[in-house]
Amino acid sequence: MANIAWPPASKRGLIGKSISRIDGPEKASGRAKYTYDQNPVNLLYAKMLTSPYAHAKITALDTSEAERMPGVRAVYVFNGVGKEVNWEGHEILAVAADSEELAEDAVRRVRVEFQQLPYLVDDADLALATKDGRTRQLGAETSGDPAAGFQQAEVTSEGNYAIPVITHCCLESHGSVAQWAGDKLNVWISTQNVSGAAGEYAQSPDLNVPASNVNVDCQVMGGGFGSKFGIDTWGLAAAALAKKSGRPVKLMLDRKPELLMAGSRPSLRGKIRVGAKRDGTIVAWDSDSWGTGGMGVVGIHGLLPYIFRDIPNRGSRYTAVRTNTGPARAWRAPNHPQACFLTMAALDDMAAKLGMDPLDFFLKNLSLAGERAALYQEELQKAAELMEWKAKWHPRGDKTPGPIKRGVGLSIHTWGGLGHDGYCRTTIHPDGSVEVATGTQDLGTGTRTVINIVAAETLGLPLDGIRVEIGDNKYPPDGASGGSTTVGGVSSSTRVSATNALNQLLAKVAPALGTTPDKLEAVAEKIQVIGDPAKAISWKQACARLGTTPIVAMGQRNMSLISSGVGGAQMAEVSVDVETGVVHMEKMVAVQDCGLIIDIKTATSQVYGACIMGTCYALHEEKIMDQQTGTCLNPNMEFYKLSGLDDVGDIVVHMMTDPAIESRGVIGLGEPPVISPGAAIANAVANAIGVRVPELPMTPERVLDALGKGEMA
Amino acid sequence: MRDFEYGNPSSLKQAIALLGANFDQAQVLAGGTDLISLMKDYIVTPRRVVNIKGIADLRGVHESAAGLRIGSATVLEDLFERPAPLHPFPSLRTAIAGVSSAQMRSMGTVGGDLLQRPRCWYFRNGFGLLARDSQGRSLVPNGDNRYHAIFDNAGPAYFVSPSSLAPPLITLGATARVTGPKGSREIPVAELFRTPRDASEREHTLGPKDILTEILIPARSRTLRNATYEVRERHVMDWPLVTASVALRMEGKRVRQATVVLGQVAPTPWRSQAAERALAGKELDEAAAAHAGDAAAQGAHPLSRNGYKVQLVRVAVKRALLQAIA
Repeated sequence: MANIAWPPASKRGLIGKSISRIDGPEKASGRAKYTYDQNPVNLLYAKMLTSPYAHAKITALDTSEAERMPGVRAVYVFNGVGKEVNWEGHEILAVAADSEELAEDAVRRVRVEFQQLPYLVDDADLALATKDGRTRQLGAETSGDPAAGFQQAEVTSEGNYAIPVITHCCLESHGSVAQWAGDKLNVWISTQNVSGAAGEYAQSPDLNVPASNVNVDCQVMGGGFGSKFGIDTWGLAAAALAKKSGRPVKLMLDRKPELLMAGSRPSLRGKIRVGAKRDGTIVAWDSDSWGTGGMGVVGIHGLLPYIFRDIPNRGSRYTAVRTNTGPARAWRAPNHPQACFLTMAALDDMAAKLGMDPLDFFLKNLSLAGERAALYQEELQKAAELMEWKAKWHPRGDKTPGPIKRGVGLSIHTWGGLGHDGYCRTTIHPDGSVEVATGTQDLGTGTRTVINIVAAETLGLPLDGIRVEIGDNKYPPDGASGGSTTVGGVSSSTRVSATNALNQLLAKVAPALGTTPDKLEAVAEKIQVIGDPAKAISWKQACARLGTTPIVAMGQRNMSLISSGVGGAQMAEVSVDVETGVVHMEKMVAVQDCGLIIDIKTATSQVYGACIMGTCYALHEEKIMDQQTGTCLNPNMEFYKLSGLDDVGDIVVHMMTDPAIESRGVIGLGEPPVISPGAAIANAVANAIGVRVPELPMTPERVLDALGKGEMA
Repeated sequence: MRDFEYGNPSSLKQAIALLGANFDQAQVLAGGTDLISLMKDYIVTPRRVVNIKGIADLRGVHESAAGLRIGSATVLEDLFERPAPLHPFPSLRTAIAGVSSAQMRSMGTVGGDLLQRPRCWYFRNGFGLLARDSQGRSLVPNGDNRYHAIFDNAGPAYFVSPSSLAPPLITLGATARVTGPKGSREIPVAELFRTPRDASEREHTLGPKDILTEILIPARSRTLRNATYEVRERHVMDWPLVTASVALRMEGKRVRQATVVLGQVAPTPWRSQAAERALAGKELDEAAAAHAGDAAAQGAHPLSRNGYKVQLVRVAVKRALLQAIA
């Protein structure tokens, strides 16, 4: 019998190799059909009316003029008269019409009156928010004796640090296409939760549809990053409008509503004090921090200090601030990038104050970093080698003449990444073809490819010997893709399911080979006696023995194949023009462990993407709110800036793959590498220019201000 | 987008006849890279749109004894791809290269760059060109003005002129031909722009029935040493934070006459006569360039969040000058 345990390195034909994603050519050629590409006959387009105000009560709503417009087919109201809207972009209603332009025009013909109410959209001024009754202390932690710790400290470093609210900026915006066939609902939706979406539709009294009648389709996606777990009001609206109009309805968000209401990452601001001995030993920590995630009370408590949880004397307090801004959603590694930036910047400032190389300072204090200390050490040393850290590092402030100053900075991070529960089904047909099906989704990460690799490896077949079916809730359910849980979930359920199917096949063919199933293996499109290629039959011959009945075998996530908890170290090199404040990325080094890697290529791609995403929030990204108008000033890709290709520099990725790490099984990778870039880049900027830029993103304005060249009015 | 009539004239005369008494009645469409976005956002809602790209006379680059004539509907990429006529004008070439992406350069026109509307985010978010609240107070001084004007910003206008080509063209002494129902006139490029003093004025001097038809860079400008320096947060697909264009008439190592024009700092392209005076008669070296940069920054009145642009003016002018003589 074949065993579900991952094969040893010597026996892996596909797992751990560098394999291009199987849907790459389809995507690159435009053949892949995304949600927006679904155009059923008689399609209607829907647009939403949302609040133009940060806070208001709806006092009148008249849709009659809009509904009378020729070509307007249905209106669906989320929030009617008497309801309060709590941020610019808060949903009020949606209109379906024959064209997008007409739908937008109809939205503008809706007469709506508001009673404007007081609001706060910016969390920078904590005193103001407190006076306004918008704050709540969420977590106050004390360990050891902070006061005594600071007394013991020979050196104290203190600073203020901030990282603003940003958004997810998925390349593909949120949305769906909904179509009814009698009492059945078909939806194409960009979702991180294919298997869970039907249940959400079923909860709506306006749809009155059982989950069993809802088919959910999401074959390809342009990213989710934590913002696409639910069907959302706009998903519900598409289905309700389709029901009302009797025609299919497409409702995709434009970039403006996407930026206003489809999710944001909470800010984090704070004052941090660190105490250390002159030899670099950290003895005390104190942080007072706050942040906002919109109207919900969300928080980052429990994560400061980040990683260095064993600082003997530490106190930390966190205050959640409610603002009239679009709600927070999980953003790739929720809360970690913010906590990481504040912590690693504060520690880097301490190293500078001590006159120590931060690499030595971090290495010296890794005993405070918990169970993964040895791994961090190894990863930092590997990163230092790839960055040529010892040659490049200099004390703060590059003394090279001229305006261009170079610097290096580092950071470490951690994440869980335990695979989610889920099921997979393998079918082996008598003609030898194989399909592997699971109701998971490929957010663009390579999930489809990983499933293919695991199934092919397990069955001894080439990649194209397997058809992978995902992105549809008719397949066995899989969990939502969030928190780096997908690869562990699907690789283990696929492995178990394919192994179960193979064992049925081995049982069928063992007599013909004059042996028992436990003596057989599937290798190179053959079933053979283990270690004896001479005693074999081809895969096709073996399957032909099934007669007319395929083998169908299920598999469920298996904890023996997966694990949780990773570390990572990143180093950034920047050059900064100290006359203009422009920061240029030279190089990022990312060293990352994530257990057994199924596909080095898609894993490495994940890390590249994370470094780019991290560069974006380190240097450019910020949701800019205007307290005077209560509105977002940059709900567009013109002033909500992301890095371009020329802005990201060289990225060097090193995946840790030694046997000890691989023996842990598969661990998720999506989140961890996006945690450190903000901190590493900010520390590199400080190393280059000699002063801390305390707030991200490090725009020319902020860099010049830090250098005292900003000429504040 | 509001429904509109579409005029597709093949002659300038037809085009002018299709324009209206005000900009709500009709707007000129060239590359459309800005107008269409403004219409989709209901920031402008013309009843008629008049496409001028079908008018052959408005496209093309011609060299003559008088100088270099550039049709207003010439696509930036067409100009960029012809290095010979642009060879004497690295200043202009830098500015065109800075208009990114390649897609923008392939659609956008010379006239469109000069006459595009300001990028002020209050304007673009529906608060009007003068960015006022319902009581008529400007939102800019107490708002987020990181990208707003540091010169000529006593109000009511606080936006900055976004044109990439205007600063180099003005330093090169270029003129613009404007044609209306009563015929055509030739004006310095600088006179295309004005700072509106009330809501009835726009940031351009063209009337609703005028069409910018041609730019002429005079032949004598070919011997000017010239350069443009743009400070950008991102390498591409970003607006410059500050631009400086310079053109120098040199006598040996000395500057006989200098023209210095800044972009992105005032509601119009901003000529810095202080910098020009600081340069006149001087031998141009790093110290003189820095001195001129300091002079250019004099008189700036930064708002609450754009003080950094004063420093960017200094360095942009200095670097443009050093590039011009490199």
